[in-house]
Amino acid sequence: MNVKLKVWRQKNTQAPGEFKEYEAKDVNPNMSFLEMMDVVNNEITVKGEEPVAFDHDCREGICGMCSCVINGEPHGPEYKVATCQTYMRSFQDGETITVEPFRAKPFPVLRDLVVDRGAFDRIIQAGGFVSVSTGGAPDANALPVSKQKSDLAFDAAACIGCGACVAACKNGSAMLFVSAKVSHLALLPQGQPERYRRVKAMVDQMDKEGFGSCTNTYACEAACPKAISASNIARMNRDYAVALLLNDDMPETSGE
Amino acid sequence: MSLNSKIPPGPLAQKWSRHKSDLIKLVNPANKRKFDILVVGSGLAGASAAATLAELGYKVKCFCFQDSSRRAHSIAAQGGINAAKNYRNDGDSVTRLFNDTIKGGDFRAREANVHRLAEVSVNIIDQCVAQGVPFAREYGGLLDNRSFGGAQVSRTFYARGQTGQQLLIGAYQALSRQIGLGNVKMFPRTEMLDVVVLNGHAKGIVTRDLVSGKIESHAGDAVILATGGYGNVYNLSTYARGSNATATWRAHRKGAYFANPCYTQIHPTCIPVSGEYQSKLTLMSESLRNDGRVWVPKKKEDCGKDPRSIAEEDRDYYLERKYPSYGNLAPRDISSRAAKQVCDEGRGVGETGLGVYLDFSDAINRLGQKVVAQRYGNLFDMYHEITHENAYDIPMRIYPAIHYTMGGLWVDYNLMSNLPGLFVLGEANFSDHGANRLGASALMQGLADGYFVIPYTIGDYLATTKEGKPKTDNSEFKKAETDVADGIKRLLNTNGKRTVADFHKQLGKIMWDYAGMARTKEGLQKALQEIPALHEEFKKDLKLTGGNEEINQSLENAGRVDDFFELGQLLCLDALVREESCGGHFRSEYQTEDGEALRNDEQFAYAAAWQYNSGKTPELHKEAIVYEETKMATRSYK
Ligand SMILES: Cc1cc2nc3c(=O)[nH]c(=O)nc-3n(C[C@H](O)[C@H](O)[C@H](O)COP(=O)(O)OP(=O)(O)OC[C@H]3O[C@@H](n4cnc5c(N)ncnc54)[C@H](O)[C@@H]3O)c2cc1C
Ligand code: FES
Repeated sequence: MNVKLKVWRQKNTQAPGEFKEYEAKDVNPNMSFLEMMDVVNNEITVKGEEPVAFDHDCREGICGMCSCVINGEPHGPEYKVATCQTYMRSFQDGETITVEPFRAKPFPVLRDLVVDRGAFDRIIQAGGFVSVSTGGAPDANALPVSKQKSDLAFDAAACIGCGACVAACKNGSAMLFVSAKVSHLALLPQGQPERYRRVKAMVDQMDKEGFGSCTNTYACEAACPKAISASNIARMNRDYAVALLLNDDMPETSGE
Repeated sequence: MSLNSKIPPGPLAQKWSRHKSDLIKLVNPANKRKFDILVVGSGLAGASAAATLAELGYKVKCFCFQDSSRRAHSIAAQGGINAAKNYRNDGDSVTRLFNDTIKGGDFRAREANVHRLAEVSVNIIDQCVAQGVPFAREYGGLLDNRSFGGAQVSRTFYARGQTGQQLLIGAYQALSRQIGLGNVKMFPRTEMLDVVVLNGHAKGIVTRDLVSGKIESHAGDAVILATGGYGNVYNLSTYARGSNATATWRAHRKGAYFANPCYTQIHPTCIPVSGEYQSKLTLMSESLRNDGRVWVPKKKEDCGKDPRSIAEEDRDYYLERKYPSYGNLAPRDISSRAAKQVCDEGRGVGETGLGVYLDFSDAINRLGQKVVAQRYGNLFDMYHEITHENAYDIPMRIYPAIHYTMGGLWVDYNLMSNLPGLFVLGEANFSDHGANRLGASALMQGLADGYFVIPYTIGDYLATTKEGKPKTDNSEFKKAETDVADGIKRLLNTNGKRTVADFHKQLGKIMWDYAGMARTKEGLQKALQEIPALHEEFKKDLKLTGGNEEINQSLENAGRVDDFFELGQLLCLDALVREESCGGHFRSEYQTEDGEALRNDEQFAYAAAWQYNSGKTPELHKEAIVYEETKMATRSYK
């Protein structure tokens, strides 16, 4: 099959960007979308131009590094997969495919399709953990956890931190990402001691980073490659309300 | 320089506890904050080390090339992590885990290290659970276990098919906490390109900021490399695309010995290559071989046919034929080589002819599709996603792929390389898996090294060394910066015609053909001619576009592939010199009548530690593998 690509090219954060067109000929439908991009990049390079920069690493949908908006949808047309798990058979012969970076104010474009998602790391640094230092942990089976709770916690912990939820949201909200971590730890006994100060610290950092608010359209859930449930957002909102009453803050961080 | 493995004296089971309590020096808590430690890598080994050292009070800088420390290759591990908890009451113990791991490594691992690994395995699970890692549980609320290859007990802890992800997120969160507290400074999208050695001690690194291109020096009291394995020297592998050996290789060039590079692991059940464009191979769990039957057509001319139309008598169930007792569950290395053999005979299937069938029709007839789906549904889905084929209806196609590298930088019992001050953790070092790694033991080793070994052993170096911390305006740093910058300029100015990807593919093919599943003297000698020739061509004919002061992914790759050329040669040389078969290293000349690996303990019970010799033949140093308590035996799983 043959496809046309309309790809966002932008030299760096300051430079203006624009779409440029490329052709991908004789594409094997069993190629992954990123393999098709590799082939196109090879051709671009041979012509003496600069290849399209895009983030990727594991290429099996688990590291959360890949981050393209394909035909207007973060991670492309298929449900519950990341960009790297999108295959060319999902497109039509002769189709024009538009490829853009994840767009959101807190995710500045660094180059072409590469964006800076450092804001997510800073939210975790503000409180997305259990404060246990290495050593001295009790025997793992000393603390039974109901299978149901543990499975629910797992569902939330499956988040790969890719940022598709933010890119899908018209407000650029990070509520699905933040609530996934809040829920993962709030559902487990290990997370209880810091439950409320955690949610407060994380939400405060989220606001500081400039993410938008949630207006319950659930575009995030639909775009999530791991099908993280929007019900986590409700849990987070409840915990946040309690946190405001309790007024129990995390220790000051250095603001790294 | 002679190799001193610094294995503590005393009975095996007491070495580690005595080492910790009596033999190693401690750093006074108030002094810890005066020490700067540079940790390169934020996978399981690096993140756990950086977090733990910061908790102890050291000042830590941590580096990774991905955009976040959460994305290291460790995240992709599926199956699980071993620990001798004996929660099943099935007779597991530290001794049994130790024995299994030593045997699994085909008696080429260091006894004392492996025993320590088995000892601390239990602490790892406790620590991870305390962090909130959601391991699989039973209805009673206790932790669940599964069995893995090479063991007769059920000791593998898992978190669905995403154990690596959950363990890494646990370590990432511990690291994030220390970053938030200001105890660790994290440098994502930063690649280490050189180690700085002063008076023989590793005292700093030179990095490139992958966004701005800025070359920078970092000075420290010690340097820790936790930069993962080198499997991508084969180009196609189950590794993340970005995994590379530049950090360890550049340390090697600065004097650190590289040990046992020929010990590489090939996993038999991966989704085969579908075309020239292929960028990575995906692992399918080995558990499929419990119910799937492996076959290829007897006749070459049938290979292109729809497998369902090939009559039973025209199929060659070669594993069942060759290994009647083990059948489709023959060990990893044997199954891999058998698949290669039938494909070499021209009986491989699929578009490229490099594939064999894994057929579930018997199991479906016997058990019903529902039961098969319950057992393997997620794997069938994954297979469908990638190949668009329905394995309930048509046999899967599988082929072996490079999966793990047991070799790495040589380290002593304290995990310090022969360069004082340079420590190496996780897959990047060589010490714990010998010639073959058992499933679910890499995660265990990475976390053991980071959480429970390095926090003790680094103190011994810091407390005893007289070498202070240099300043980055020292001339050695300036020289290293200039060398790195010149190297980048050289790559950018090559002005040839072929892309990095093109060269990497060709190198990978040479490696796979001559240093893959089965190696011969002739093949390795050929590779040792072809690789340097291709490297010369690379130096002349590489085409890069763009510059240094910007995101330039081809430039990043070019540096990594440049190093792979040299590492590939060392791997082949090591394989050539090791005239025996053991674990993942199979020399066709050395096999038993029924095709099993034929070890030669008399001549080769040593770890081969290679010293870089600026472009000339590297020098071999041997560390004898001496077993104080274990008896070397022929590995048999019959
Ligand atoms: C598909 C797959 C499944 C697996 N499943 C299992 C399993 O079930 N059980 C098991 O025990 N093992 C498994 N393994 C093996 C295991 O995952 C790895 O061996 C282990 O995770 C390696 O961890 P690490 O911390 O040593 O290195 P990695 O996780 O590879 O981390 C390397 C780190 O170093 C950084 N880095 C590298 N070079 C540089 C540089 N030059 N500059 C700066 N940073 C650098 C990277 O950014 C990264 O942070 C599996 C492997 C694969 C491929
Ligand atoms: S590349 Fe890892 S999730 Fe896509």
